[in-house]
Amino acid sequence: MKYMMFVVADPDAAAEAEPEDELTIDEWLADVESRGKRITGDRLRPVSDATTVRLSHGQMLVTDGPFTESKEWIAGFDILECDNLDEAIAIAARHPQANGGKLELRPFWTDED
Amino acid sequence: MTTDADRATAEAITSVVAAERTSLVASLIRLTGDWDLAEDCVQDAIERALVHWPQEGMPRSPAAWLTTAGRNRALDVLRRRQTERAKLQQRAIMDEMGRDSAEQAGLPDDRLRLIFTCCHPALPLEGQVALTLKTVAGLSTAEIARAFLVSEPTMSQRLLRTKQKISNAGIPYRVPPAELLAERTAGVLAVVYLIFNEGYGQQEDYLAAEALRLARLQVDLMPTEDEARGLLALIAFQMARRSARFDARGELVPMEEQDRSRWDAVLIEEGNWHLRRAASSGRSPGPYRLQAHIAACHATAAAAEATAWGTIVTLYDALLAAQPSPVIALNRAIAIGFRDGYAAGLAALDALDPKALAGYYLLPAARADFLRRLGRSDEARGAYRAAFELAPAGQPEQRLLQRRLDEL
Repeated sequence: MKYMMFVVADPDAAAEAEPEDELTIDEWLADVESRGKRITGDRLRPVSDATTVRLSHGQMLVTDGPFTESKEWIAGFDILECDNLDEAIAIAARHPQANGGKLELRPFWTDED
Repeated sequence: MTTDADRATAEAITSVVAAERTSLVASLIRLTGDWDLAEDCVQDAIERALVHWPQEGMPRSPAAWLTTAGRNRALDVLRRRQTERAKLQQRAIMDEMGRDSAEQAGLPDDRLRLIFTCCHPALPLEGQVALTLKTVAGLSTAEIARAFLVSEPTMSQRLLRTKQKISNAGIPYRVPPAELLAERTAGVLAVVYLIFNEGYGQQEDYLAAEALRLARLQVDLMPTEDEARGLLALIAFQMARRSARFDARGELVPMEEQDRSRWDAVLIEEGNWHLRRAASSGRSPGPYRLQAHIAACHATAAAAEATAWGTIVTLYDALLAAQPSPVIALNRAIAIGFRDGYAAGLAALDALDPKALAGYYLLPAARADFLRRLGRSDEARGAYRAAFELAPAGQPEQRLLQRRLDEL
């Protein structure tokens, strides 16, 4: 199964995070790549560099900033190929952003039948 | 004409169906991955049994008869679907039919896979509860809807969304591996305890009875899990008191005024037996075992005055250390009042953090109770009124507070 893993930055959680014995991002990457679990992924520029686009009554509206008003923002993503959700959860739990941020796992929409 | 033989057959069918339904559903889900198909085919097999068995007599192995009927039904339905997936599902069922029972031995019980999947932490809690009641306990959607005070279509939607998430999110149908087992077991026990608490205290308490059955099933399936025994004992002790908790008019009877001869001695012995088995594990007790030991102190006291309050306070201390909670702290303070005297109890209540218990009627109710016993009637009346305002409106708990006020 393919999962999109959003890497979410959360300033409130980051302020409260206790130091833990976690992997560095390079160690995490080395682990998932060696097991063939990561298809691709990247960091994203902060929301101050975001642009939102939509059509309203035939007019194109371009606005500065992200589509949601939230302290949390998507700082990066990884596309994972896992046997099941438990495997994806275990990979997410080892990501350095699990401490001080959060990870959201979304299965790809697949039409099987 | 209904004969004794007919009645015996009907009873035998009911008990076989109750014993086999969950296993059958669980194994068909494993083979096909299709929850609705599994439930429909098992239902169909049960209906066939109800027609055939009274006419033809009970088969030699009713469980095998039901299994075959359920699988054949599934094969019929899948043949009509003609998709690639349906072909794989048919093959899985036929392979299973060709396997002998020696090959099956040693594999995890399918019911355990079912329970762990229903209670996967990625599912919403209300979905975990509903799906456990539907597929493990075998309740109808209408019964579950009634218990949670929602409409049947709403509950139907909830069950559908939960099953869809299992399939869409890739939740595996399995008993979790060792590194996840402790955490996931705690989740499974929590769902059963939640079902119990939802049902217990209601006069129509079929959910609590279901929780007792589920707790027994979990002990059967996980005999070395001493917290599962703790939860079963806790539920058994509380269920033992259920018929004494309400009087003939449906009014709540406080524990110390209950007729202890009406407590169910068989359930109390069941609880004690599981606590002894759990203690023989040598592990230090977890939260369910500690709560069960507290319930045992009440259940085994010959009279209210003979309750081992000293032991109860010690158990609450351990419970607070394992699982800090304002409600446990409140119960500990009440126990201190019965161990050391009502004035000490009042002091213990006043030492609690009122913010943590804001809006909780049992804090002013406990104060009122100690004040009444101390003969401080004016203060007691004020506290009873405060408790009355916060208590669930129109419920037996609130009517008990009104009775106390009237008595003062």
